[in-house]
Amino acid sequence: MNQMNNFTKGFIKENPVFVLLLGMCPTLGVTSSAINGLGMGLATTFVLVMANIVVSMVKNFIPDKVRIPSFIVIIATFVTIVELVMKGYLPALFDSLGLFIPLIVVNCVVLGRAEAFASKNNLLSSLIDGLGMGLGFAFALTLLGGVREFLGAGTIFNMTVYPEKYGMLLFILAPGAFIALGYLIAIINHFRKA
Amino acid sequence: MSKFLTISPSPHVKGEESVQKIMLWVILAMVPAMVWSFVVFGMGAIITTSVAILSCVFFEYAISRFILKTENSVGDLSAFLTGMLLAFNVPSSLPIWMIIIGALVAIGIGKLSFGGLGNNPFNPALVGRVFLLISFPVDMTSWPVNNNSGVDGVTGATPLGLVKEAISSGTPISQLTDQVPSNMDLFFGNIGGSLGEISAIALILGALFMLYKKVITWHIPVSILGTMFVFAGLLWTVDSEQFMNPMFHLLTGGAMLGALYMATDMVTSPMTPKGQLIYGIGIGIITISIRVFGAYPEGISFAILIMNAVTPLLNRYCKPKDFGRRAK
Repeated sequence: MNQMNNFTKGFIKENPVFVLLLGMCPTLGVTSSAINGLGMGLATTFVLVMANIVVSMVKNFIPDKVRIPSFIVIIATFVTIVELVMKGYLPALFDSLGLFIPLIVVNCVVLGRAEAFASKNNLLSSLIDGLGMGLGFAFALTLLGGVREFLGAGTIFNMTVYPEKYGMLLFILAPGAFIALGYLIAIINHFRKA
Repeated sequence: MSKFLTISPSPHVKGEESVQKIMLWVILAMVPAMVWSFVVFGMGAIITTSVAILSCVFFEYAISRFILKTENSVGDLSAFLTGMLLAFNVPSSLPIWMIIIGALVAIGIGKLSFGGLGNNPFNPALVGRVFLLISFPVDMTSWPVNNNSGVDGVTGATPLGLVKEAISSGTPISQLTDQVPSNMDLFFGNIGGSLGEISAIALILGALFMLYKKVITWHIPVSILGTMFVFAGLLWTVDSEQFMNPMFHLLTGGAMLGALYMATDMVTSPMTPKGQLIYGIGIGIITISIRVFGAYPEGISFAILIMNAVTPLLNRYCKPKDFGRRAK
């Protein structure tokens, strides 16, 4: 039961994007389409799960004073793996995400879960927490990317819904990210409180 | 008798003005420019204006009634005014569905999201305009030319766009004299452009009425236009082949409309005269910077929005001293 709770809290109750407001940089930066959001979300999920596992295993060996640098080294290891794998097998996605892949290293969600959860809990709980949080993050990014892609270009996952000339270009650009995220958070807050 | 003995906190004396009255005066002040746009652009302008006003009022009513469930605020005429200003800021050939989206953004995102009239940090009509400009750059920058010839559907560049194009392609300004309209044409509105921005004289007439009614003070318009004149004048003195003369900058684009009607919006401009002067100078500098160095030919709408964002800071910085307090 407890593990189930660890898993599901990342989706709505403690969703890293909509509720904790962590990791705003990739959230606003790469969500110009649903596929970008999904790719970024899954890459982050992988890093989160692996970093949580390793951190919870080595937590007793890391002196308190150097824990943050140690976490960063662990996270950076997995980010490098993601980066190289993506470059090798998904070059198109890698090109469109660009700098944001190496920037997962400093993503607050990953460091936040390592610091707040994995360094205090056992391996299984940390794994489940990382998976739940990561999928919650991926869900949020895909939703935001989907909304922006739909309003901006009239497509969802590159499938045309309505002709592109009716699309509002603003939603593909940076201001659209802020506006769409703001309204998504407002809608979610409305339902959380209701 | 008991009425005189009631003890209550201030204010004790109330003025005649109400929100509705002030909005009505501004609307009246905009009528000359509106009529002129009907004359110049014909049916297109009439349709654009009515669609913008109707959809703004409708969205104000629908959102406050069904989503926010607050008091109906259509009666204060602010949505009507927003619709009118939005129409003033778009070309008359804009498709109707885009105007409706602009109205939804202006009222929904620009105003009611923040809590309605009085709480919006940005001028709603400008939010709508900038949203449309960024979303539909092609439709928002195809201007129907002056319709006096009787030919419909002809489009051409605005004077500002023309100059921008020429300068970026390396043509010196002295070769443009036959293409750029004369200052007289600019002053009376014999040019292409958005509905409400073409005729400086009609806008000034309305502004004089607002000044007389004390809806606006001179600080904001004068500081904006003065700063633009000085800044553009300096550039022009340095190199008159690369930079247009300052009168041209004052009379083209949205300078008059922005300085007189958009920047002076009571909700989004600073309260004290000192703050208003700083605000106006900021708008002037940003406008000319965007026009001369930026990617867009016209920048006053961005300039006003940027300074709107600074307004709370200016209000705090320019707080008047309490009565009787001495400076240290």
